Amino acid sequence: MASELLTSSDYIKHHLQNLTCGMQDGSFHCAHSVEEAKAMGFWAINVDTLSVSFVLGVVFLLFFRLVAKSATQGVPTGAQNFAEWIVEFIDNSVRGSFTGRSALVAPLALTIFIWIFLMNLMDLIPIDYIPFIAEQMGVSHFKVVPTTDPNATIGMAIGVFFLVIFYSIKIKGLGGFIGELTLQPFGKFGMPFNIFLEVVNLIAKPISLALRLFGNMYAGEMIFILIALLPFYVQWTLSLPWAIFHILIVTLQAFIFMTLTIVYLDMAHQEHH
Amino acid sequence: MNINATLLGQTIMFAMFVWFCMKFVWPPIIAALDARKKQIADGLAAGERGKHDLELAAKHSTELLREAKEKAVDIIALGDKRASEIIEEAKVQAQVESARILATAKTEIDQEVFRAKEQLRTQVTSIALAGASKILRREIDLKAHNDLLEKLLKEI
Repeated sequence: MASELLTSSDYIKHHLQNLTCGMQDGSFHCAHSVEEAKAMGFWAINVDTLSVSFVLGVVFLLFFRLVAKSATQGVPTGAQNFAEWIVEFIDNSVRGSFTGRSALVAPLALTIFIWIFLMNLMDLIPIDYIPFIAEQMGVSHFKVVPTTDPNATIGMAIGVFFLVIFYSIKIKGLGGFIGELTLQPFGKFGMPFNIFLEVVNLIAKPISLALRLFGNMYAGEMIFILIALLPFYVQWTLSLPWAIFHILIVTLQAFIFMTLTIVYLDMAHQEHH
Repeated sequence: MNINATLLGQTIMFAMFVWFCMKFVWPPIIAALDARKKQIADGLAAGERGKHDLELAAKHSTELLREAKEKAVDIIALGDKRASEIIEEAKVQAQVESARILATAKTEIDQEVFRAKEQLRTQVTSIALAGASKILRREIDLKAHNDLLEKLLKEI
């Protein structure tokens, strides 16, 4: 995008910035530049990430709720067939990876999979569409893919992390959980080393979950932005294959996040590992 | 941010992408969903058929049972009839037999009576002859009057 008003680097920066709003100088307003957003510190919110993920979550819940309410016992058709197909797929994944018994894991896996899938799917909308519409409505920035915002992915990973800790303590007891952290793998005489290893092991779970999803989606978005800098008549030669490839990435990343969540919760449910 | 042909380029790509999805992504998903639907429909139909077959079999078995019961009732009735027939026959036979035995006995008794009478007659004749000969020892010649006595005996 060659322009006198806007350089390539400005274009990229503009696309990578969230709509960050927060309290600053006594008033609530939204940042217009990276520096301004940074100046707001921790107590600011990315309105675009929150609103898009919220809307998509509502879409997911409404769709499955409607299907569940109108579900019939006969041959499923249309939306019910589709929903059953997905639920069956999730159920098989959970059965395959989760050995314990829990009423939480399968619905959690379904929610994680569909929600992340929908959020990732926003990546396939041409990157200038939503910011263009937002601009017409007087909003300076709008990043439409929530999973390219580390706040969203880390937030979800922390949720999973709390569940892992909760179930570890619930199943093994506080003593069992602490024992697992301190007495393995080298017995009680290697305790400091054990704690170091196990804590790293524990902390690595949410971090790897969050950063894997964020990194993949961010990189994908980045490449779309770079392709958008090319002359418009050749853009499709690169962006079309990349978009097609992205169908795979979008599904795969959602699936990986879900599967790892199931596996982590399975490990939390097991007495020994 | 200014608006330029980038938007156009993205629109071209988006149109192609949508076409690609319609052409290559959507059909397999729909095919999978249809296959699933068909499988469920087949399963339900098979279940329904099984149920129907079961109903038919149950109906058939009741029919068979009913027939067998009817047959059994017939057989019992036949047996009863036959038994009473046999009894009737036996009664008739017994009556015939008893009549025959009675007749035989009567004949035997008649014969016995006849024989006794005959004997008695002979004895009476000899007694009468003895008495008569004692009485008429001198006057009556045994040989001359024997023919007369013989005639008399025959008359008795």
